[in-house]
Amino acid sequence: MARTLAEKIWHEHVVRSVQGEPDLLYIDLHLIHEVTSAQAFDGLRLAGRKVRRPELTIATEDHNTPTQNIDRPIADPVSKLQVDTLRNNCAEFGVRIHSLGDIDQGIVHVVGPQLGLTQPGMTIVCGDSHTSTHGAFGALAFGIGTSEVEHVLATQTLPLVRPKTMAINVEGELPAGVTAKDLILAIIAEIGTGGGQGYVLEYRGSAIRALSMEGRMTVCNMSIEAGARAGLIAPDQTTFDYIRGRAHAPEDWDAAVAYWTTLTSDADATFDREITIKAEELAPFVTWGTNPAQGLPLSQNVPDPALIQDPEARGAAERALEYMDLKAGTPLKKIAIDTVFLGSCTNGRIEDLRVAAAILDGKHIASTLRMLVVPGSARVRLQAEAEGLDKVFIEAGAEWRNAGCSMCLGMNPDQLAPGERSASTSNRNFEGRQGKGGRTHLVSPLVAAATAIRGTLSSPADL
Amino acid sequence: MEKFNTHTGTALPLRRSNVDTDQIIPAVYLKRVTRSGYEDGLFAAWRKDPEFVLNKAEFKAATILVAGQDFGTGSSREHAVWALQNYGFKAVISSRFADIFRSNSLKGGLLTVILPQESVEALWKAVEANPALAITVSLEDRTVSYDGVSLGFELDDYTRWRLMEGLDDIGLTLKQTDSIDAFENVRSKLKPATLPVK
Ligand code: SF4
Repeated sequence: MARTLAEKIWHEHVVRSVQGEPDLLYIDLHLIHEVTSAQAFDGLRLAGRKVRRPELTIATEDHNTPTQNIDRPIADPVSKLQVDTLRNNCAEFGVRIHSLGDIDQGIVHVVGPQLGLTQPGMTIVCGDSHTSTHGAFGALAFGIGTSEVEHVLATQTLPLVRPKTMAINVEGELPAGVTAKDLILAIIAEIGTGGGQGYVLEYRGSAIRALSMEGRMTVCNMSIEAGARAGLIAPDQTTFDYIRGRAHAPEDWDAAVAYWTTLTSDADATFDREITIKAEELAPFVTWGTNPAQGLPLSQNVPDPALIQDPEARGAAERALEYMDLKAGTPLKKIAIDTVFLGSCTNGRIEDLRVAAAILDGKHIASTLRMLVVPGSARVRLQAEAEGLDKVFIEAGAEWRNAGCSMCLGMNPDQLAPGERSASTSNRNFEGRQGKGGRTHLVSPLVAAATAIRGTLSSPADL
Repeated sequence: MEKFNTHTGTALPLRRSNVDTDQIIPAVYLKRVTRSGYEDGLFAAWRKDPEFVLNKAEFKAATILVAGQDFGTGSSREHAVWALQNYGFKAVISSRFADIFRSNSLKGGLLTVILPQESVEALWKAVEANPALAITVSLEDRTVSYDGVSLGFELDDYTRWRLMEGLDDIGLTLKQTDSIDAFENVRSKLKPATLPVK
């Protein structure tokens, strides 16, 4: 039977399938962090259960860890309790953990791939919606809630209803200065925040094949912003080259590659929905509103809600402009920014830091703003320092921080002040996401760097 | 988990679409290590506004939330479900829910009901005209009814049965341990392990 890639991986992991019930799916890798696991471990303890497969589980601290003074105890007592709880739970249940200060600490979705634990054909879950990131390797990876975290800890499986599949074909070549981030923002603007709901998205086509692993992770990362629980990309030589030599790369390399090579959608497989996007038509993209589908090419103006037909979308746009304090018709490039945030599991990897540093090299950020550079993991930070990128950022006037989620969600002290406006390489521009009353414009690392120099939303071409 | 059969209560009309989980409960409230006590964080930013519908006296005791399309998008935080439940909500009605929120809600016994947008609109109007309107959500019959109107909704038999019996998934899955053992016996040796640390 012809199958799509997502269907193949699903099929290979079905432990039990009974008519009228969800399939019971085996989970190959379970990533955990401090915010969504405490109640799950508590549940295990109450029921006298163990972690079924600690060796398929790994924890890191990322969401509310500080990015400064990490050698000192965490100042916020509530954050500290949560991190300590994770440490104690991992010790009690025998789960590997990478704590603050450890070389493998970092954002959970940066750490998995970096260790070589994320591989094609796997099922991967984490109590975090951006688990879709790992789909870049041709894995079926999705975010789960805390009840499900407990379920996976106890049974290494999850009961799930098989999702539909959607192909997103991106054909052609991305123009210069257009990145994976612009591509995914454009896709989300096209299909909407609910457009992927119920589907696994498979990104295909020549423009996707041409992306680096970092770029592919950026694309898959934001699948959830289109409502899809997962997004994936068939593995190829780019994937294999990335995994090769990493700590947990397969010992029997040839056998692994032989298997991975089978992981493509069959030529005659049918998707439940298919859309095609022309890469040539894309441009640097930014968001103007309070959900990730409210985005436009940077060259355009803030939209006029009065021109939106659908009353629901019109109301949402009106509310968004009010919250964002923007006037219809203002050129997006005229919007002045207070804080530039370069980081997160969307754009906090080494390649993201490299392209931003290349633009900032020898220049200085505008005196009207601050820029925070937060590597996705401790290893990314070290790598960047080995390449001298830290010096470029510091000399440009940016702050060079330690690894974590940081201002992506503002759970630690890195937050926007009320009314402050950011250009952020993260994935969510929800009201207050980066700090109460803060206003977020989602951008690529290139736009972030150019914006930092000019003080208003800009692309490198504007420099 | 509490059994869910039929619930009758009043409703809160939340005329907003794309209510993401950061709005349902902002990240600063997620630092607790318990499952309870999140009611204060529910819609925390919006509640600062005295005009926000939840602050109106006539809606304070509502137990059914009627929301716009794409409710529960964004972060996977199950705290969003706990916050709604801790506050006293038993059911949420919308024309479309984000996947993770919906699965979290149905695992935790908060009934999420999908109705067409026209029905949601009609319900908003009815509730705004009469905040004391009694609305009955019956899982038994898979209907939402009020004021002589009865609207059917879909929910798969399995989930309905699990909610009506108040069964938690882990207990059910642990009955399948033999199948899991059998799967593990033939599972590919190529898959990575996190231990030993390399
Ligand atoms: S960086 Fe942001 S999106 Fe990614 S895991 Fe952390 S909080 Fe979530």
